[in-house]
Parts: sequence; structure tokens; C-alpha cells
Amino acid sequence: MAILVGGNTRVLVQGITGTQGMFHAKLMLEYGTKITAGVTPGKGGTSVHGVPVYDTVSEAVDAHRIDASIVFVPAPFAKDAILEEIDSGLNPIVVITEGIPLRDTMEFLAMAREKKTVLIGPNTPGIITAGECKLGIMPAHVFSKGKVGLVSRSGTLTYEIAAGLTKSGLGETTCVGIGGDPIVGLTFIDLLEMFKTDEDTRGVALIGEIGGNAEEQAAEYIKRTSYPKPVAAYIAGRTAPPGKRMGHAGAIISGRSGTAESKIKALKDAEVHVAEKPTDVARLLENLVR
Amino acid sequence: MIFPDARLKSAEPRPNRWFKLILEMSMIMKLFEYEAKSIAQSFSLPIPKGLVVSTPEEARKAFEELGRPSIVKSQVLVAGRKKAGGIRFASTSNEVYDIAKELLGMKIHDEPVRKLLVEEAISAKREFYAGVTVNRSVGCYTVLASLEGGIDIEEVASRSPEKIVRFDVDPIHGLREYEARIIGRKLGFSGKQLVDLTGIISKIYKICATYDCELLESNPLLETEQGSFVVADFRAVIDDNSLYRHREFQERVKQEGAELTPLELKARERGLSYVELDGNIGVIGNGAGLVMATLDMIHYYGGKPANFCDAGAGGATMERIEAALEIVLSNERTKTLFINILAGITRCDDVARGIVATRERARIKMPIVIRMVGTNEEEGRRILEEAGIPFLDSMEEGAREAVARSLR
Repeated sequence: MAILVGGNTRVLVQGITGTQGMFHAKLMLEYGTKITAGVTPGKGGTSVHGVPVYDTVSEAVDAHRIDASIVFVPAPFAKDAILEEIDSGLNPIVVITEGIPLRDTMEFLAMAREKKTVLIGPNTPGIITAGECKLGIMPAHVFSKGKVGLVSRSGTLTYEIAAGLTKSGLGETTCVGIGGDPIVGLTFIDLLEMFKTDEDTRGVALIGEIGGNAEEQAAEYIKRTSYPKPVAAYIAGRTAPPGKRMGHAGAIISGRSGTAESKIKALKDAEVHVAEKPTDVARLLENLVR
Repeated sequence: MIFPDARLKSAEPRPNRWFKLILEMSMIMKLFEYEAKSIAQSFSLPIPKGLVVSTPEEARKAFEELGRPSIVKSQVLVAGRKKAGGIRFASTSNEVYDIAKELLGMKIHDEPVRKLLVEEAISAKREFYAGVTVNRSVGCYTVLASLEGGIDIEEVASRSPEKIVRFDVDPIHGLREYEARIIGRKLGFSGKQLVDLTGIISKIYKICATYDCELLESNPLLETEQGSFVVADFRAVIDDNSLYRHREFQERVKQEGAELTPLELKARERGLSYVELDGNIGVIGNGAGLVMATLDMIHYYGGKPANFCDAGAGGATMERIEAALEIVLSNERTKTLFINILAGITRCDDVARGIVATRERARIKMPIVIRMVGTNEEEGRRILEEAGIPFLDSMEEGAREAVARSLR
């Protein structure tokens, strides 16, 4: 049954008339995602790939039964779009948008917490329950229905690992990118908690990168709860020179707790199997998952 | 950065959360002290009288205008300037002239001193700390204040964290006046001092929220002999994602970059994340995580990357790929090129067109190893095939191949 989204999840696409929104709405529809409505202010009454477009989320929600949503709205307008969705009771909300100011993120995450809305991202590739529902921008063909739950802070690196899992025959249950920003909604720990009780998920792949301390916190959780399912991890940025900025705001070495060594050590302490290369994640899990 | 030696001193990871908070902060768009202080002034925070100068002659004039003993402060973005001798006291105009001359020729932790702030010297009874920073684990701004400020604040933070008052601000309604007052009371103030400090903390928070700061701090915040407060130093780091609503700093971002190489600066102007490294394999990929993993894999197979280049922020378009190629190829160290694309929001056909166009224009002669899979893969492969450019579909294979070629 996987987690968070499945074959029956009905989805609203915010920003469906934009280039990215339109392109990925098509790919999501092709995957079988039930896209029920789209929203773009000023474009109400039109349609995209046969999906009706509304000016406001509340009109869309009045006209259809909708569960989840995915946001492609540009950063300057993202906060408003997300608050509108939280207000209309959509859950979960997947925020693809990159470059949202931290102050905006803090505000809509606080609102999401208040309304008990699950928010994935921002700056995430999204979530996919293999073979059922794709709520994101990931290339579909690297995923196949299977046994491993995947959580990652990265985008493209997630696809790399998923492709490996697929190739090995293990396949995936649900794959979630938690987002590359310094502050994100759903965390590694939240997802480990969900995978713990998901019957289909037999093992977890955790993909981290340098910067922040999300991996250390996840390791601490795994250790403390004697996590019942096998976990394999990969940490990107082992050879990154200290102090150099490597892309997004999250990927910064800012002291010992953010380095690859610190993360790998914490994970090994928690008896997590740490892969040397992305391709080794599937190899490790093959031996652990039965 | 604020607590200059915090990172150096962290021989062992320390458990207290305050320390973690400092370590986690990013440090991208920093303002110079004089810039932060001009914002402080517009919010009527009490700051010392001072003037920004860039020559010894101007420094002398500034001193004469202030008409009293002064502090000459180097304006640099790196921290630790006091310990590096970048802040001096002067009591005569000749002294100011000589100090200014010396400081303006100096480098502090590799950053050249281009401007000085000449400020009236204030005799302080005590040095406090007051600041606001982004708290990543909670997802809010946290106000931090301590009676033991000054350059040893990081010592205080690690030795006796209880001496630091912390307050997590609700992101929805912001810091309320009474909350600032609670912080003032926790520090032990009453009467007029409490009222004054409440105002200062409120304003610091307000500036932080108005300018989308990741960090804003006064260290030290001075208490004068008369019991009033003065923001003696003021530091700001602005969230670079928010620059679209703070256009006044956009130019500054371009000027900044004391630590960046000319190519890194050029890359930044073109919207690419590019960092120069010391090897000879040029790397272009999409997504920071994938590119980092690519560098790790090159090392794993015994090669050395010449750079980190993420062309994928928001999708690697044809233009971005062309820009990335242009930049990576202009690095003289690059002898082999490894392009690693796993397309999601990026489209393989765009990437392929970018590669083909650049190859024709720039007449690339060095070996190129391309690994490309994902969205619109078939179309992308068709374009490469038509142009006679070989490609691989495994990252491991690609990395091995690139390393092998770089060693030839």
C-alpha cells in the first residue's frame, strides 16, 4: 500500500498553465496520476490536457473531490499559493518550486503544522509511489513497484539510486525527495516512521548530502528506536573541499556536524549500511531485504 | 561570519543546540558592517557616529569631523578581523592617517581591506550580545541574547549555554513587543533600560524580517557608563533567495566575491553553481547531489575533478548547458570533460542540443564522456547520434571512462 500517495489520490496542480506545470502535468497523467484540476489565477475556465483550470483553489475544491496537490508556482508567488492550499485542506502538498525565501518557507510551514498538513519540500523532486501515483518531476522509467522505501535530500541523485534499485529487481514502494532547502517540511525521521509501519516496505534507502544535520538526526532516531527494518545510506559530497559552496543552500559544509564523515559515522553508529558509491546502495539492500 | 573561531574550536561535535545552530548557518550574502549600520540607522537603532572612508586622507578628515578619539575598523566580510589586527584605536589625526594607510594595504584572511569605518570611540561598561538567526531544525527565527557578549561569545555558548537567552519566534505573527520585553527581563533589566532594550530587540527582529536576513547580530551591543545602549557592531547575512525583493543588494552580490575566481564570478552571473577544484576532469551535471556524487566517484576511481558545475538549478536548458560548457572549457586545467545528466525537470533533448551547438562553435578537441538518461531521452540520444557524439548510460561507466581518459 506504500505511503502518503497511491492509485486513488486525486491531485490538483498549481501553476498548471506554466511551462514546467504543463509539461509535468502531462507526464504525471501519462504515469496514471489522477489529476483532477489545475489552478492558475487569471486562467480559470480554460483547460490543460483535458484537466479543468480554475482561478482559485477553493473553486477547484468545490467542484471536485481533491486530496493532494503539487506546486509549480514561481518562488515570488509560491507562499500565497501554498497558504491557499493549506486553507482548502489539501494534503499532502508537494512543493517543487526552488528558490523560495526562507522567511516565506518558515511561514507556510508553521501554517501547515497548525493545520496538520503534510508538506513535502520546498525544492523537492516530489514523491512517487511506484506504479501508482507520481506527484513530481522525476523521470518515471527509473522506478518500478517493489520493496524499498527511498528518502532523499537530493533530486537527480534520487533517480540514480532508484534506477539502481529497479535494475537489481528490488524495486521501490514510495520514493520521497524531502527537498534541498535548509528548511523543509517532511523530514527523514517522519518518513522513516511512515515506512516502519508500511507492510510493503521491507527496507529503506536513505540518501543524504553534506550540510545541515538531517542525516545525523535520522541516525540518532534509527539508533534510539532500534529501527526494525534494514537501512542503507549514501552520502554525497565526501570529497567536497571544506568551505566551498556546492550548489544549493543546504549543501554547505559549515562545521563538523555537516561533513560527510560526521554523517557517515553517525549512520554507521546506528548500524546503517553506508554505500561507497550510489550504485552500491542496491547491492547492499539486495543482501538485507528478503 | 560571526563567531569566528566557532568552527575551529569544534574539535569534537558538541551536543548543545546553540552550537549546532551556529554551525548550520549558511553564509552567503553578507553585508559589510557599514551597510548593515546604515540600515540600523534608518530604523533609528542607536549606533556610534561614524564615516566610511577609502583613503588615509579621507580617514583624517573623518576623524577631524568626529572631533574625538576614534576606532578605525576594516570593512571586510570575513570574521576575526579584531584578532587579525583589523580594528585599531586612534586619538590623533596623524595616528588615524597612519593606521588607515596600514589597514588599507592589508589583507584579512585573504580578503583585501578596501574600506574603513572611522567611528567615535565609546567607553563601555559592559559588552552584550543580541542577534536573530534562522533556526533550521525548528523552522523559525530565533532571537539570541546574552550579557556576556564580545569576541568570546562562542566560548560562552559552548561553556555555559544557560547564559544565553533564546526565543523561538512564531513565523506567522513575528516577534511581539511583549516577547522582546520577556527577553529583556530574562537578561535581568528593568526600568528605562528594559524599555530601551525591548525597543532594540524589536527593531533588530524587524530589520531581520524586513531584509530577509539569515543572520543579523549586534556583537557587541554596548552598555555605556550612563546606562544607555549602543549597537557597536552590526552584521547581516541576507538569504540570497530573497534578493528579488531587495534589489538594492543585487549589484552588491556581483561585486562581492573576494573569494571567487573570475570564472566562478562569470558562472554566477550566468546562473550556474560553479566551483573550481584542482584536478583535470571538467564536470557538468544537473543537480547538486548528483554532481557531488560524480566528483566522489571520480575520486573513487583515482581521478581528480577540475570543477563542480551544476547546470541544473531549475532545469538544465540548452542555454545553461552552453554556458556551463563555455565556463568549464575555459578552465585551463580541464583536459577531459565528463557530462553526467539524469534528467527529471531537465530534458535530454535540450542538453543534447546545447552540447552539439557548443561543440560546433567552440571546436572542442578534448575527450568528452557523456552519460545521459531520463526525460526525453530518446530524442536527446537521437540528436547526439546524428552529430556522431558517443554516450553512455551508466554513471559508474562514465566516471571510469573519464578517469581513464584523463590519465592517458
